[in-house]
Amino acid sequence: MAKVQIDQERCKGCALCVMACPEDVLKVGESLNLSGYYYAVVIDPDGCIGCAQCAEMCPDLAITVWR
Amino acid sequence: MTALKKVFLKGNEAIALAAINAGCHYYFGYPITPQNEIPEYMAKHLPEVGGEFLQAESEIASINMMLGAAATGVRVMTSSSGPGISLMQEGFSYIAGNELPGVVVNMSRQGPGLGGINATQGDYFQAVKGGGHGDYHLIVLAPHTGQELYDLTIKAFELSEKYRCLTMLLGDAVLGQIKEPINPWKPEITAGDPDRDWLITGAKGRQPRLIKSLFLADGEMEKHNWRLQEKYRQMTANDVMVETRFIEDARLVLVAFGSMARIAKTAIDQAREEGMKVGLIRPITLYPFPAASFKNLSESVSRVLTCEMNTGQMVEDVRLSIDSNIPVDFYGRPGGSVPTPEEIFDRLQQAYSEVEQ
Amino acid sequence: MKQVVKRPASLTEKPFHFCPGCHHGIVHRLVAEALDFFNLREKTIGVASVGCSVFLYDYFAVDVIEAPHGRASAVATGTKRVLKDQIVFTYQGDGDLAAIGTAEIIHAANRGENITVIFVNNSIYGMTGGQMAPTTMLGQRSTTTPYGRDYRRDGYPIKMTEMLAALEGPSLVARVAVDKPANVKKARKIIRQAFQMQVEDKGFSFVEVLSACPTNWGMTPQEATKRVSDEMIPYFPLGVLKQKDVVDVL
Repeated sequence: MAKVQIDQERCKGCALCVMACPEDVLKVGESLNLSGYYYAVVIDPDGCIGCAQCAEMCPDLAITVWR
Repeated sequence: MTALKKVFLKGNEAIALAAINAGCHYYFGYPITPQNEIPEYMAKHLPEVGGEFLQAESEIASINMMLGAAATGVRVMTSSSGPGISLMQEGFSYIAGNELPGVVVNMSRQGPGLGGINATQGDYFQAVKGGGHGDYHLIVLAPHTGQELYDLTIKAFELSEKYRCLTMLLGDAVLGQIKEPINPWKPEITAGDPDRDWLITGAKGRQPRLIKSLFLADGEMEKHNWRLQEKYRQMTANDVMVETRFIEDARLVLVAFGSMARIAKTAIDQAREEGMKVGLIRPITLYPFPAASFKNLSESVSRVLTCEMNTGQMVEDVRLSIDSNIPVDFYGRPGGSVPTPEEIFDRLQQAYSEVEQ
Repeated sequence: MKQVVKRPASLTEKPFHFCPGCHHGIVHRLVAEALDFFNLREKTIGVASVGCSVFLYDYFAVDVIEAPHGRASAVATGTKRVLKDQIVFTYQGDGDLAAIGTAEIIHAANRGENITVIFVNNSIYGMTGGQMAPTTMLGQRSTTTPYGRDYRRDGYPIKMTEMLAALEGPSLVARVAVDKPANVKKARKIIRQAFQMQVEDKGFSFVEVLSACPTNWGMTPQEATKRVSDEMIPYFPLGVLKQKDVVDVL
């Protein structure tokens, strides 16, 4: 059981989390946040294994992972 | 204040002794002639009081180490001469922007460039008009005897803490090297207030503090600049120091600071003996400049002669400060040539002959 | 379920101003985690330098002194010589440390100052708009090497870690990268070790962190991060190049 959540306002759409995720759970979305970035979204919540590699890479502390 | 046993010291040593007695236990510096006795004295005697001496890799490193130490609130000093003081200008600007206290000693030598190691007063502009970038000032004190080197060093720490402003003791090679009897003394207060609200000590049980000089938000830097100016205005109102001699009935006033003033005193004494009504104004604070002494010259004064060991620096401030049409002559000896009392007397006599009888 | 990867207490809540994909954010987090690990926040003084990290004081909840460009190691020396029981660290970029600050870092290292230096190497000048850095790679384009860095004009990229490791003074000299989660974990360990050296009064610790600068490399964050892996790491090898187990003190 694991869960990942992205703070859409802190996210800058850098996609380092997308690159780091071994399970293709994340993707850069199609909506803009207030800063004008396409923030990352969780496209496969059940696929998350809680490895937290996304959170390790996130430069903006925008990702929370539960395991 | 506690009087201590009389000693016979070089000017440089007197400065270092005064600093230690004033509670300055941190010194960061780099060797340069003619002030090496200062770091050497500190190296020898700071460990005795549990202080810390560090010979830095350059004057740039020295002033920056001083910045880092000053931020913690301790009394700290550095010293150098021309080329090294030039290197420190960036640090001075940062220390001014950060509003940190501290004392820097400049025992002037010949310039520009590598110059030489004899005395000059060619660093006046650099000291009082800036040198580093931005709208700021140092407090600049100009002693003219060994005892004054001692006394003003202690005063420098007090003033720098009072105003959170870097204070420069501006001496020269001659003052640094001559040996004189000194009456050392210890002041009552030998440290800054440990409860000042800007001291960097580690944010235990309080909000973190910040020492910086970067102000990017709209209008912030202007506000900070006016804040600094208000400090300078207060210094000018409250802490100007000047010596005057034979000024009340003087027809001709000689203006000089530091070593030049010391030599000029002999010439003035001789002039008085020969019936010339000559007086002396000796600025002790070069910044804040004793402009009031020149605005309030007595009615009798009809001519001023400024004597400096440079090509004409303080004379500009004398001219700026004089409120009337009194002519200001200049006698300058740059490049390490130290005049004799006779040479000054001759020039004095020449200027006096111009005075309306 | 338990939360994994929390915001360290030594960081403030302020969102980072860094560009998307800039690795400063990762490095800030790792340094803050080290401070948290040893419970150092209230006794730490950070010395900020000049570059993209100039706003360090907005992000670290510690006392901070701003140093002139290149001088952080000297400022830190002054502070640590007075506050011997506090933790003093500098955080410097490749211009600050390897260009204008070369004298200061070498001598702080040589004296074995009991401070921790974090050196973020992104092989370019970020804040000022992408000029050549001492660590810019041969052939790399920048605004002052528009035809690519040429060793005949600009010399070779400087390897600060190797240079400092050759000195007697330092106690820990290491290079890490944050291009992949596995390397981030290794970096965390070594940065923690660096602060541990200071906590234990074991002398000078230095960690170079290879980082990406997508904006000034003209790349996407993913491309830039890959460049660290493929181009920078082969030239700037990772590892602990020097570690004193027994520190010789007077």
